[in-house]
Amino acid sequence: MATPSVHHGAMFDTDELVINMGPQHPSTHGVLRVVLRLDGEKVVDAEVVIGYLHRGIEKLCENRNWTQIVLLTDRMDYVAAATNNVGYCETVEKLMSLEVPRRARYVRTILCELQRIASHCLWLGTHAMDIGAMTVFLYAFRERELILDLFEEYCGARLTYNSMRIGGLPQEIPPGWDKKVLEFCKIMDSKIVEYEELLTHNRIWLERTKGIGVISGPEAVAIGLSGPALRGSGVPRDVRKDEPYSAYDEMEFDVPIGVVGDTYDRYLVRIEEFRQSLRIIRQATEGLPEGPIVGKVPRLIKPAAGETYHAIESPKGELGYFIVSDGKSTNPYRFRVRPPSFCNLQALPRLVRGHLVADVVALIGSIDIVLGEVDR
Amino acid sequence: MVDGFLVPLLKIVIVLNATLVGVTYMVLLERKVIAWAQSRLGPMRVGPYGILQPVADAVKLMIKEDITPVRADKWVFTAAPIIAMVPALIVYAVIPFGPEVSLFGRQVTLYITDINVGLLYIVSVASVGVYGIILAGYASNSKFPLLASLRASAQLISYEVAVTLTLVSVILVAGSLSMVSIVRAQESMGVWFAFIQPIAFVLFFIGGLAETNRAPFDLPEAEQELTGGFHTEYSGMRFALFFLAEYANMIVVSSVATTLFLGGYLAPFPNVDALNFLDIVPGWIWFLLKTFLFLYVFLWVRATLPRYRYDQLMRLGWKVLIPVAIANVIVTGIVKVLL
Repeated sequence: MATPSVHHGAMFDTDELVINMGPQHPSTHGVLRVVLRLDGEKVVDAEVVIGYLHRGIEKLCENRNWTQIVLLTDRMDYVAAATNNVGYCETVEKLMSLEVPRRARYVRTILCELQRIASHCLWLGTHAMDIGAMTVFLYAFRERELILDLFEEYCGARLTYNSMRIGGLPQEIPPGWDKKVLEFCKIMDSKIVEYEELLTHNRIWLERTKGIGVISGPEAVAIGLSGPALRGSGVPRDVRKDEPYSAYDEMEFDVPIGVVGDTYDRYLVRIEEFRQSLRIIRQATEGLPEGPIVGKVPRLIKPAAGETYHAIESPKGELGYFIVSDGKSTNPYRFRVRPPSFCNLQALPRLVRGHLVADVVALIGSIDIVLGEVDR
Repeated sequence: MVDGFLVPLLKIVIVLNATLVGVTYMVLLERKVIAWAQSRLGPMRVGPYGILQPVADAVKLMIKEDITPVRADKWVFTAAPIIAMVPALIVYAVIPFGPEVSLFGRQVTLYITDINVGLLYIVSVASVGVYGIILAGYASNSKFPLLASLRASAQLISYEVAVTLTLVSVILVAGSLSMVSIVRAQESMGVWFAFIQPIAFVLFFIGGLAETNRAPFDLPEAEQELTGGFHTEYSGMRFALFFLAEYANMIVVSSVATTLFLGGYLAPFPNVDALNFLDIVPGWIWFLLKTFLFLYVFLWVRATLPRYRYDQLMRLGWKVLIPVAIANVIVTGIVKVLL
């Protein structure tokens, strides 16, 4: 644990101040605890303490059968549950070499991208709120609500969807749902402009985000950042592009990257991702193929002995599943998740060093973490 | 007896009550205005359209448990909210709400008193208020409030200077420190000082935002970083006093700005004859309207802008506002001498 050190000055001795941010703090986005060592208001060092939301999901998964696990994956990144479902199901499909029908892959793509927009809405709202712009928070949640309505219509749930099955989808999309998705895209187009009007060229916003938490591309790679936090530093790594899954190989979209790698660049990258996600949703919805929604899946899911790793691009970064099957039992032998929030959180002490207390909350928002995923 | 004692006492009672009611409704107004800006409805449950919300809030705050932390400095902890609240209220003594009116066959002035150093009185009394914040942070014996009170003291020093300098340029134009004379000067010159001193007007408003700890300068509270800042450890009525003091200060700044720059109780454009019909409206209504306009801008700004960071706020204060204010005073002085 951090201990304060004393500096002996010419006239006065100064103490470092150790303050404990969290686990109950309005801006640590859940139960994150950060122990800050301050010199005045300047952060000398920071230590991230996690584990307050640990539920042992990985171990739990090893004691459930393959179908039941989908429901547990909802509880990791609970603001992007559908993405977690897709990641898990695709890993098992890869392990069993199952063929997923094209229609199911398209619907998965639509759900993933809707989920990305919902997650980014939540990020934008809370990030802006942390910096003091409270109106953006409610605007972003207003649009997130529309997405939750779409999900509710699709699978009946609004937060933890349980919206995937191994080999395909649990049910056909409701009639007229695709039209509603397109309608949402139209609404969202104008709302992104609204967010940008409030923030992108706002002088206070620029002063608060430009040059804050700069991290270079190579350093970001070395720390293990992924997702928008990595792309903000100018590294064009996107699992959707590099190792396409679902129907991303058939979609046309760009991967936005930043230049400097500061909070402002990460903000711009995510704002652009809103637009790219809408582009993908439009393509996938308009070109939605007919056909079955579930592939040929055995009654009892029991993959042959073996192991596999499969990663997808969750809204927060590279979400990977490593699963080992012993081929004998109906549950995984080993289940391990590579959560993007957890890996991205490693960068926090490096990012906040030398900045002020007010920047700490801006930076926590900037790397976009969900504690359910950090602790699992 | 009646003129010397009863009338002033009555005025004090009315002004104090009006202020406190105004402050509680200011809270409701803020919640409503911000709600509308954010496409929400705001309070709707207590009374029609939530108009009884302040009553419910007051009852809640009064019956809440009043906690004093064990390690807090008890006397200072108790005194701090009072120190914050009282100056915000006694400033109203010198603000002229309207011209002389005759009530029950008696000439009554619509201000409690007119002292010849009115502006100086406002500046000095208002700056006492910040001790409430500093002492609250210190007495809480807790780290977050301590950081907040450090911020508050730094912020006060920076902005007090700029605001006072803008007042100097107004004094130069009006040739008086008395609030009533400043309004009369605007009447006789036929123009609001906002048009003669536009720079001072803008600076005063920015400084006013900072002095009342309002967004985008609400650093001592900084809910997101300092979890409520200086009043983290306060609860119940003591917290309410800080809360009320903030809103009372907003009304003070708005009233002072109205008096100094928007002609106080004067009707708009007193020198334009075509607008003389506006004189039907009593002066105090004009005063309230103009004050309300300022208050609305306060809320509007809060709904729109993010928060400055501590060092940026300092830079803005010392490197922008104060030099501009000094330049403004010098230019005003030169023009005054030459004319």
